[in-house]
Amino acid sequence: MRAHGRATPYLFLAPYLLLFLLFVIGPAVFGLWMSLHDWDFQLPGKPFVGLQNYKDLFDPLSATAEPFWHGMRATGIFTVASVPFLVAVPLGLAVLLNRKFPGRTFFRAVYFAPYVLGVAVIGLMFRYILDTTFGILNAFLGVFGISEIGWTTEQPWAFVALVAVTVWWTAGFNAIIYLAGLQDIPGEQYEAAELDGANAWQQFRHVTLPGLRPVTVFIVVITLLASANMFGQALLITQGGPGDTTTTALMVITDTGFSQFRMGQAAAMSYLLAICLAIVALVTFRLMKERES
Amino acid sequence: MKRRPSAAFWVMVVLLTLLVVLPLLWMVITSIKSVGEAQADPPTLVPQDPSGRAFGEVLTTGGQNPVLRWALNSFAAATLHAALVVVVASMAGYALARMQFRFKNFIFSFILLTLFIPGFVFLMPNYLLMDNLGWLDTLWALVVPGAAGAFGVFFMRQFFLAIPKELEEVALIDGANAWTVFTRIILPNAKPALATLTVLSFLANWNDFVWPLFVLFSPERLTLPAGLSLLQGAYTTDYPVIMAGATVAAVPVLILYVFVQRYVIEGVARSGIKG
Repeated sequence: MRAHGRATPYLFLAPYLLLFLLFVIGPAVFGLWMSLHDWDFQLPGKPFVGLQNYKDLFDPLSATAEPFWHGMRATGIFTVASVPFLVAVPLGLAVLLNRKFPGRTFFRAVYFAPYVLGVAVIGLMFRYILDTTFGILNAFLGVFGISEIGWTTEQPWAFVALVAVTVWWTAGFNAIIYLAGLQDIPGEQYEAAELDGANAWQQFRHVTLPGLRPVTVFIVVITLLASANMFGQALLITQGGPGDTTTTALMVITDTGFSQFRMGQAAAMSYLLAICLAIVALVTFRLMKERES
Repeated sequence: MKRRPSAAFWVMVVLLTLLVVLPLLWMVITSIKSVGEAQADPPTLVPQDPSGRAFGEVLTTGGQNPVLRWALNSFAAATLHAALVVVVASMAGYALARMQFRFKNFIFSFILLTLFIPGFVFLMPNYLLMDNLGWLDTLWALVVPGAAGAFGVFFMRQFFLAIPKELEEVALIDGANAWTVFTRIILPNAKPALATLTVLSFLANWNDFVWPLFVLFSPERLTLPAGLSLLQGAYTTDYPVIMAGATVAAVPVLILYVFVQRYVIEGVARSGIKG
């Protein structure tokens, strides 16, 4: 039985597809086109330059290569340093919250709460808390005789601070996804393991971790995507410093495009960053899949 | 797994709660301090001379820091955005979940694929598109482009797939058309999913930072997150004012969260597991 006319599905899809074509597909293609032109939107002519914008990014003598790779380095360091914590801490939180105890729903909501605040609020808040001279964190550490640490003005502390703040901000988000994954592991598997004499750690190692593998793959991929987009924390907390060590790739892209008006180069940078990200995500995905078999 | 939580367990839970709450509490405490006290070394835990000056500064100054105005802008943008997402995503999700047509799988896969394109790729071209549409520095730039995201469609489709087919078949036999089935039967049965998607879309838009920072220019048109970063620039050393601004931005969304946290948490959980 055909319950609807031939055109009906397309009519239902039309409003979304219109938006999708206009603001997703169109821009993705247009961005590629921009990246092949010398696109300065203040200038009348936008000459075609082929792959020159991309080549420039690999030419140490060009004006764009150095800041771009500096940004890529900052984004890379942040990603490598933060992803393990953004996977492990939420896993611990989820295991903790998966036990039955009074107030479980309340604590779950509390641990998720920082995420709803958004990067602007947490950025300003931690900029103040982490201040070298009058920040409360250094005052607190001073009680234990630890001398002032330049959380926003010295390396490696600036990266430590950015990673810690990001974990504080988003751990609850990943934990909720893990928690849902934990509920999908059948209870019998634990009972069977217990009959075999497995202790709590062995149960975690041989039942929980394998059961969570698909969820972990998902979390690693979305966390990689989020890390590559890192912008607000560095802009508000370290202001890209000290020097330009925490000026991330996205900060360089927006600076090139919106402050220097060289949008062709900025588009090329976006695509190169996206390609790097896709490679990293695919490699991670493959590695984690291989371990499974 | 079945053991009663130990004392160590509770210590852990309480410590983690403090870790979440204390920074927020510090933000609020600072907002009622004087400029000098906010920079005292060592810091004072209890404000010596509490005052609402900073809140007065961010809530009443008409021209320079219209924080209330920014909050209103954010609220309007997030509400309209969420409404648009829910309408277009539920319609498209319904077609993709329940109707048979050519290219269905192709269209769905294509939409899904874009879920994995990082947002920064769209930044430059969408900015130029806003420029051409005359949407720069307007509410439309905040409301519309983000509604084209794949998440809502994916989310609604998953939910519609789970609604029993019999429900709509009865109506179809009675001669109802697809639109009637959709609005009278499917949508009323999808209330939890619609609420969840509304809340998630609202929050995502309310907290968006990068996009409004570049498409808005006029101080009176900024959203709260974009305005806050401006506040930091204007009041580099007046931390009570900056913390008051952050508090004003945090409180409404935290209050909202208390009421809707079930939907937020459910939505986030569901987005991760049912692939």
